[in-house]
Amino acid sequence: MSTTPILEVTNLRVEYHGDNRQVVAVNDVSFSIGEGEIFGLAGESGCGKSTVANAIMRLLKDPAEITGGQIRFRGRDLLAMRGEELRRFRWKEIAMIFQSAMNSLNPVMTIGSQMVDIFTTHEGLSVKQARSRSAELLRLVSIDPVRLDSYPHQLSGGMRQRAVIAMALALEPSLLIMDEPTTALDVVVQQEIMAQISDLQRQLGFSVLFITHDMSLMVELSHRMAVMHSGRLVEMADAELMFASPLHPYTLSLMNAFPPLTGPRVRLTGLSDSVRATDGTSGSCSFHVACPPDRANCSGNIPDLREVQPGRFVAEHPRTSIEGTAA
Amino acid sequence: MRFIVRRLAFYLLAFWVSITLNFLLPRFMPGDPVTRMFAQAANKMQPHQIEQLRQLFGLDERPIWQQYLTYVQNIFTGQMGVSISRFPTPVSEVIGSQIGWTLLLGGTALVIAVLIGNLLGILAAWRRGGVLDSVFPPILVFVGSFPYFWLAMAALYLFGVVLGWFPIRHAFDAGMTPDLSWTFVSSVATHLFLPALTIVLVSIGGWMLGMRNTMIATTAEDYILMAEAKGLTNNRIMFRYAARNAMLPSVTAFGMSFGFIVGGALLTEVVFAYPGVGYQLLAAVQGLDYPLMQGIFLTITAAVLVANFLVDIVYVRLDPRVRVS
Amino acid sequence: MSVTNPSETVALATPDAPASAPASTRRPRRGLLRGILGNRKAAFGACVLLLFGVVALAAPLLAPGNPSLITAIASQPPSLEHLFGTTAKGQDVLALTMHGARTSLLVGFVVGAAATLVGLLVGVASAYFGRVIDDLLSLVTNVFLLIPGLPLLVILAAFLPPGIGTVVVVLIITGWAGSARVLRSQALSIRSKDFVAAAVVTGEHPLRIMFREILPNMASIVMSTFLACVIFGIGAQAGLEFLGLGDASVVSWGTNLYWASNDGALFTGAWWAFVPSGLCIALVAFALAMVNYAVDEVTNPRLRTTKKGRTRA
Repeated sequence: MSTTPILEVTNLRVEYHGDNRQVVAVNDVSFSIGEGEIFGLAGESGCGKSTVANAIMRLLKDPAEITGGQIRFRGRDLLAMRGEELRRFRWKEIAMIFQSAMNSLNPVMTIGSQMVDIFTTHEGLSVKQARSRSAELLRLVSIDPVRLDSYPHQLSGGMRQRAVIAMALALEPSLLIMDEPTTALDVVVQQEIMAQISDLQRQLGFSVLFITHDMSLMVELSHRMAVMHSGRLVEMADAELMFASPLHPYTLSLMNAFPPLTGPRVRLTGLSDSVRATDGTSGSCSFHVACPPDRANCSGNIPDLREVQPGRFVAEHPRTSIEGTAA
Repeated sequence: MRFIVRRLAFYLLAFWVSITLNFLLPRFMPGDPVTRMFAQAANKMQPHQIEQLRQLFGLDERPIWQQYLTYVQNIFTGQMGVSISRFPTPVSEVIGSQIGWTLLLGGTALVIAVLIGNLLGILAAWRRGGVLDSVFPPILVFVGSFPYFWLAMAALYLFGVVLGWFPIRHAFDAGMTPDLSWTFVSSVATHLFLPALTIVLVSIGGWMLGMRNTMIATTAEDYILMAEAKGLTNNRIMFRYAARNAMLPSVTAFGMSFGFIVGGALLTEVVFAYPGVGYQLLAAVQGLDYPLMQGIFLTITAAVLVANFLVDIVYVRLDPRVRVS
Repeated sequence: MSVTNPSETVALATPDAPASAPASTRRPRRGLLRGILGNRKAAFGACVLLLFGVVALAAPLLAPGNPSLITAIASQPPSLEHLFGTTAKGQDVLALTMHGARTSLLVGFVVGAAATLVGLLVGVASAYFGRVIDDLLSLVTNVFLLIPGLPLLVILAAFLPPGIGTVVVVLIITGWAGSARVLRSQALSIRSKDFVAAAVVTGEHPLRIMFREILPNMASIVMSTFLACVIFGIGAQAGLEFLGLGDASVVSWGTNLYWASNDGALFTGAWWAFVPSGLCIALVAFALAMVNYAVDEVTNPRLRTTKKGRTRA
């Protein structure tokens, strides 16, 4: 699918500095996203997937720090950008949709003025021009432009999220980061929003970094996907291929954590967090992986990704072969 | 709108409580203070004035509910009796001639302290750990620990008596007639400087720290992160997104603090012999002038309630979420 | 009021008290204490308070006899004989200041404790019972908060018989509402927690729930309310006495300032007559405020000033 990568993340490492301990939130993570590609990043809460998104946007704040690796966007070193250069870059090249639209909209400004200030800041448009551009954008996500003068609390949840999507597309960015864009919405609205994003993506051709814990949603939308666990990538492959035959045990448990809508009733298996906790070697817990089929062998660190088939990567211990399960 | 009506009802209730308290105090604290006052006042008063005072303090033999009705009626028609220390001027007239100076002093100091204090708080929170954030708060808290009146005394002593930079008492030079001439206005301004400065110094720390803390809470919000991701300029994020939201609790605190600013202004007036109601309050205490004390209490309460109501109206303008509901 | 309004200090110091409660509630109190002891601000505040406490207790030993007695030549600047100088009447300022600490601290702490207690009872009852009781108590609290303190203090003090007791009572009447408001909102957020709901369901007695379930989780906010109330008490007492509404024969920092002002210390240049008492009030209030901020920082880590500045674009 991918031709020239638009975003390249190599060996990214992010640490959180606590009072007397440090937590590695993202450890040696590498992936790339191609032009027009939708790349999914899955994982349970707290696995570091949002930290990856914030690192790309350079939004990490004080206790969090990027301590290693590289992020390149069309060859430009993102981590070297400073001040004005970074400000101009944001939203123009990479835009982001946050988890909760309610919280990511300023409650005391109208939707309109929050859209207008994108244009006035980045393109130096007059307020009048910016307003007509904003009205167009709202139409694009099928919201009546009279809503420009509404405050966020006056819109429904779905409408708010669509307004945020409109804002994200304002400057026609080449990459859109979506950090759990529909978690706060009910399933029906969720489907509407996802369909709309998918349409817009086909129309405008931007690339997407799609972050969620909902595997089925992800497979539906993504071309390629990666699974993240405890700050490490454990598997990366073509989305449908991975969904059909997951190679890593963690990928499997993440899928099993969602009940299928059809078919016989099955008992849901959890993410067997206890395996990590019962391991005696405390202090490096964040590296441990839960491996339900073979617990004895997964007490060590999560190993690096290894290409087991062309375009198919999995984190596995060299001596353990799980290749047999591959389709 | 419902919000405004509810607040209005609440302020009316608060005012009613103050009136009732005023009514009950002399009636349930019989004897000493009022008798002493009458002993002192009797020889210079006309009989009808004494009768009026007796009514005011419940010494006429009417049933209490009748007294109460008359009392409330009198308050709302501005009849609060005759001042004893400034006999025979009515209390309402004494207060009316002086409230202007208190409003000038308190208002000036409040506006300056609020503007500068909040601005400092915004900047301190925006640059956590910067000079502003680490040096100012402890200094301002220390300055704010002094009683208003003591800081006023120190300022008066240092800048007025020792250095002689500013006048030490009254609101304008003796012998001037109030008009809008430049000499009069500048005289008022130089007299205002020290008292206002002390109030600003004592109160500014509270504003700064309050704003700093709400700003810090606000900067953790998602919409600040989104504003940053949007590539907006720092100033726009700081003022239009962060400060604009952090301001809301500050506005509420603004209303709540009126009473305390007024208290500070009253004591500051005493030190500088500034001719406002605070200075008059001291004279009333010293002259056992109970009608005047009570009149000042009610007037200041009313002023504080009105100010709070105005703040509520401003708040509704500032927070669209209240406006709708 | 002279120094600070208890509600204001607390409210400003913890703007998001209800919001931050989940993080700080149910944390063992030992952690709180240890955190406070390890805090530089708290250590400074505690040392200053301890010093004043010792001086207040030892005043009769350090400066024997009645400090109001005229023992020296009037209006002498500080000298070896009279370290802080003498007043316009010829009293020793150092003795007045040390004895003044006794009354001022006593009144401050009594007022602080009583106002906090009243506020706590009102706040917890309000939060626990909710509905009509909450509406009623909140209404009363808000009315008291709104009525300007100093004029109210003045009319109350003027009508009640003069004396230290009156000062204490009057200060409690005007000071409790601020703490009630803060404590109510904290209690309300704890009231809505599951463990309280569980206690209600298992049929525990309301009093037991209030005192065994809700109260222990309010330790830090009660502490900072108490400190703010003490600051209020000391400052407001001084303000009242300065206006001549205290008992002028009792030696306290407020009456010292009253006499200094009445004797024209400002105009005769006798700065030593009014500086010590005012400085003492400020130092004690500052020390209390420091301990208060320390409590805040320990329970609300976000407010801590980090050494390293935020990296911003």
